[in-house]
Amino acid sequence: MSLSYIPNTYSDRTAMLREIGVNSVQELFQDIPEKFRHVDIRLPPAMSEPELIEEIRHLAALNLNLNEYTCFLGAGSYRHFIPSVIGHLIGRSEFYTAYTPYQAEISQGTLQAMYDYQSLICQLTGMEVSNAGLYDGSTAASEAALMACRITHRKRVAVLKTVNPGYIEVLGTYIRGHDDSLDKIEPQSRSLTSDYSCLIVQQPNFFGYFEDLNLYVQAAHDIGALLIVIVDPISLGMFKPPGEYGADIVVAEGQSLGNPTNFGGPGLGIFVCRRDYLRQMPGRIVSRTTDMSGEAGYVLTLQTREQHIRRERATSNICTNESLVALAAAIYLAALGKTGLRHVAELCYHKAHYAASEINKLKRFRLVFEAPFFKEFVVRCPISPSEVNKILFAEKIIGGLDISHMIEDSTLLCVTELNTKKQIDKLVHILRRL
Amino acid sequence: MNPREYKYTKEHEWLFIESDRVSKIGITDYAQSKLGDIVFLELPSVGTQVKQFDKLGEIESLKAVNDIFTPVSGKVLGVNQSVINDPGIVNSDPYGNGWLVRLEISDLPEVDNLMSSEEYDRFIGL
Repeated sequence: MSLSYIPNTYSDRTAMLREIGVNSVQELFQDIPEKFRHVDIRLPPAMSEPELIEEIRHLAALNLNLNEYTCFLGAGSYRHFIPSVIGHLIGRSEFYTAYTPYQAEISQGTLQAMYDYQSLICQLTGMEVSNAGLYDGSTAASEAALMACRITHRKRVAVLKTVNPGYIEVLGTYIRGHDDSLDKIEPQSRSLTSDYSCLIVQQPNFFGYFEDLNLYVQAAHDIGALLIVIVDPISLGMFKPPGEYGADIVVAEGQSLGNPTNFGGPGLGIFVCRRDYLRQMPGRIVSRTTDMSGEAGYVLTLQTREQHIRRERATSNICTNESLVALAAAIYLAALGKTGLRHVAELCYHKAHYAASEINKLKRFRLVFEAPFFKEFVVRCPISPSEVNKILFAEKIIGGLDISHMIEDSTLLCVTELNTKKQIDKLVHILRRL
Repeated sequence: MNPREYKYTKEHEWLFIESDRVSKIGITDYAQSKLGDIVFLELPSVGTQVKQFDKLGEIESLKAVNDIFTPVSGKVLGVNQSVINDPGIVNSDPYGNGWLVRLEISDLPEVDNLMSSEEYDRFIGL
């Protein structure tokens, strides 16, 4: 077997095989069953480059794209406007291919960008310390739960039933691996006991409406547990940041800050907490310091929490993050600024409320919840939501998320600043005929 | 030099019996010199019951984190607040002000499982 992309020569390989006491490469792989060793892969004949580009273009055109379709789907991945400056800056080769900046002296640009990201996220959430980002919102919520178990030395985790069900599933997976236990709690429940490490709440919740956070802060702190809040970062342009109502750990999906929805990824796990818990925090942290000549410099800090030092006792064994997505989020926040972010949040809020009130005027559609909401709301339909979505789809509209398995005949609709009044009116017009 | 009146473990902790069953625990000079600058200590809360050679806490230097094990079984009577506030004391004075935990010994014969200072000197190749 001679493959041009393997740099070892025939004699290199013979020497290595001899060293480990094997005669041939075939013998090396003998543990793999014979039938899996020689799989017949039937590939089409090779193409020329122009033919290949044409083929890929054809395949890509089979996908829908949101420039041609109107979208009212959210439920965790959101379409917001992405300023052009983001693509331009993150596409620079210094950022685009940067790897983990262990070697601070050659990584100042990447480190400074991460530090700026952390600073912006702290300001946005009103919390004291941020890491450089985790994989996505659901894994960030799971890491927060494990962190709460470490801090409180307790093994039970409570999650409110109104949290995104996808997040609850990921939580279950993480917690099972740690021999901790997860309980789903009814809203307003009084069943919290003092063996819980934390209470996890989403604000606004999966169904789009706001929870009474004061109630849950009190409930968690009364039993010595931590309050973990999952937020929509865009909503913080308008609503009270979790640092102000006493959250201990705040996590979020950061995709909506300057990143496309793609196929549901890549995401960005925003993770912030109170300074007291800094040493139990998972992931990388970048700090600002002063070098020998008195200049400001940036460096990874508190690395003893991490797996390259603490091994299996690390605060997390997933140390890869989403630096490029985090960078996009940082540029997004910097480009919009305080007033810009507030403007985006207000546009989402007012457009979503316009859509909700127009739909609620229809005879056969009803808003399911009366509580205040941000940009998502649940609507009960006269026919199955999947049928509604088929009809909308024929009109080039991607409808809401069918949640009829959770609430009868209901759909979760999302409206952002990118939905125009014309689009909303068209949606209402189609629904009126059903 | 490792004090004669102290007892030692293979994990480089020391035990000093102050009176009756009351003892102090710390890490040895050899341990602190190998760890380098100590920056953080995680010590058990008062009242914690521990069994001989169980994990007692964690000690973190700039480049490593190590477990601290208890030389004997007992109940934690107190932790040294000054080393928590200033972990560098463990480097500068490991046998004195750098003590970590005060422990009530529950099983005195366990002390015989520990090394004398001569044995410990030999153990670390002095």
